[in-house]
Amino acid sequence: MNLTSTDYLNILPLLLVGAGILISLTVEMYSKKSVGFLSWFSFLLHLLVAYYSLYTVNNVSSVFGGMMGTGGTVNIFYFIFNFGAAIVALLSMDYIKKAEIYFGEYYILLQSAVLGMMLMASATDLVMVFIGLELMSICFYVLAGFQRKNVRSNEASLKYFLLGSFTTGFIVYGMALIYGASGSLNIQSIFSMLSAESTPILFYVGTLLFIIGFCFKIAAFPFHMWVPDVYQGAPTSVTAMMSTIGKAAAFSALLLIMLPLIGSKNPQTFTPLFTVLSAASMIFGSIVALAQTDIKRMLAYSSIAHAGYMLIGLAAANDTGASGIVFYLAAYAFMNLGAFGIVSLIEGNGDTEGTIESYAGLSDRNPLLAGLLALFMFTLSGLPPFAGFFGKYYVFIASLEAGNVWIAVLGALSSAISAYFYLRIIVVMYFRKSDVASDNIITESHTSLLGIVISAILVIMMGLTPGSIVRLINSF
Amino acid sequence: MSLETILFYFFASICAVTSVLVVVRREPVFSALFLVLNFASLAGIYVTLYAQFIAVVQVIVYAGAIMVLFLFVIMLLRPEKEKSIFSGNPTLQKLSIGVGVLVFFQLIYIIIAGTISSGKSVAAEQRIRTGEVEFIGRELITNYLLPFESIAFLLLAATIGALVISKKKFE
Repeated sequence: MNLTSTDYLNILPLLLVGAGILISLTVEMYSKKSVGFLSWFSFLLHLLVAYYSLYTVNNVSSVFGGMMGTGGTVNIFYFIFNFGAAIVALLSMDYIKKAEIYFGEYYILLQSAVLGMMLMASATDLVMVFIGLELMSICFYVLAGFQRKNVRSNEASLKYFLLGSFTTGFIVYGMALIYGASGSLNIQSIFSMLSAESTPILFYVGTLLFIIGFCFKIAAFPFHMWVPDVYQGAPTSVTAMMSTIGKAAAFSALLLIMLPLIGSKNPQTFTPLFTVLSAASMIFGSIVALAQTDIKRMLAYSSIAHAGYMLIGLAAANDTGASGIVFYLAAYAFMNLGAFGIVSLIEGNGDTEGTIESYAGLSDRNPLLAGLLALFMFTLSGLPPFAGFFGKYYVFIASLEAGNVWIAVLGALSSAISAYFYLRIIVVMYFRKSDVASDNIITESHTSLLGIVISAILVIMMGLTPGSIVRLINSF
Repeated sequence: MSLETILFYFFASICAVTSVLVVVRREPVFSALFLVLNFASLAGIYVTLYAQFIAVVQVIVYAGAIMVLFLFVIMLLRPEKEKSIFSGNPTLQKLSIGVGVLVFFQLIYIIIAGTISSGKSVAAEQRIRTGEVEFIGRELITNYLLPFESIAFLLLAATIGALVISKKKFE
């Protein structure tokens, strides 16, 4: 297997992140005070890779003998992961001091998780999907339990690890059945099977298990049990990463399986399954989020509901749906990163500091943060001028094109329900005077603020020019 | 009946019986020892499938190293309470039996109804060669180069993670 110089240029994002991990490891080993350097190094590395992947987005090719693809949607996913990780690095700089996890390993694991996501998004072979998934998940298990002295963090890590390994079993079993049915692990040749006259039932069972496993990773309804506890217990900067780019990575693997179906003769094979999953996730997430008093738990349930909206795009099984999901993932990543960034600034060290009540009177104490959080809440609820609205718009349109009207109606209904709990936070911030929570000190952090402002700018920009972004995604 | 078929049924029946015994034995040490037997019979099945290397790895890694670790953990933790996990919760017991039976019949149905692709017919010498270390090594650094290199990063991340969770000094 010989790689030409063009191939090397195409896989440069992976090489850069890989080299970055090794450099960080060496620096961390030989220097006692490396954390400050590593944080800026991770930020610049991921920013550079994000820029490079968008710059070379047109270089569509297949390398390593059909093991992975480059360019096109793959590079757009690279951009989402790396830009998200750069923002996470900014948000972490002061937060990990406050959370008492000021260690260099934090950034090494962060970079490794991103490498896993990139491998998963670029895979065209089931072996690579599995390795990428494991690399990402193992880093997340450890990062979730980084606050070793905190019981909740330990609980989050253990719960995530046990349930995560259990579902990895589902995914591997599914892959084994797919291999048994088709005799290949390459996704293109697996799906050329589908155009044959009769598809063996083993193939459907295998794909079903594969989908169930990834529904756990994206936090869709019947497989969501871990989400609230893990999101609440993990350090907030880690939650921000898991809930945004981690979800995007799991969706990239699902898209990988579903994209070859779009061109096939029976594209709507899995539509009933995805429709039920998406309806259940939307309704469950929105209704249970209404009852939450802790902001991290509320965002966790809202994350379940958002997984439901994105699944509408998969249920539609057309090109509009696919590009809608990618747009939605990018929009969701940046708005949720911003929201969790603000949460990480406001929360204290105790267990009771994350309640929604502690946001009372925030508009008086810190008008800038209150304004930014209001903006993120508006866009999460899907109000028009921001990115969140267009994400929902494209998946709903895709579902109407596919003739699946009622799920779009259900989605709109669920958005209306969810508007209540997003707007409640704005009401608490602006119209309620703080009584007990006034001693809740807001952390001063310029880097976190920078990360939050970048997210806000992206959310507004994606809301102003959604068409050109979707056209870019659609052109591949 | 050829020797291969006889050997397959021999190992497969040991494998099935021991896996049931692993679950129903009340003493954790007995369960662990039946698991060793289960792994060893699986290795036997691998040999009949011309996967000698996998069989050796199965014996060394699973039946050897991992089971020793299991026994040490059982010895150190002495899980007395876990013996009665179901007695306090009969609903859980019924539920797990129900799910188990469901999955079992589902698998039976798939095996009977499903048509497994016959695969490519390969000559016996070729099949023997594919199980050898040399062949696997060559595949790993040619066709499977990318997964091979990525696994290196996976192991690195896992090592760092294990050290952070278990050894890191918190001041």
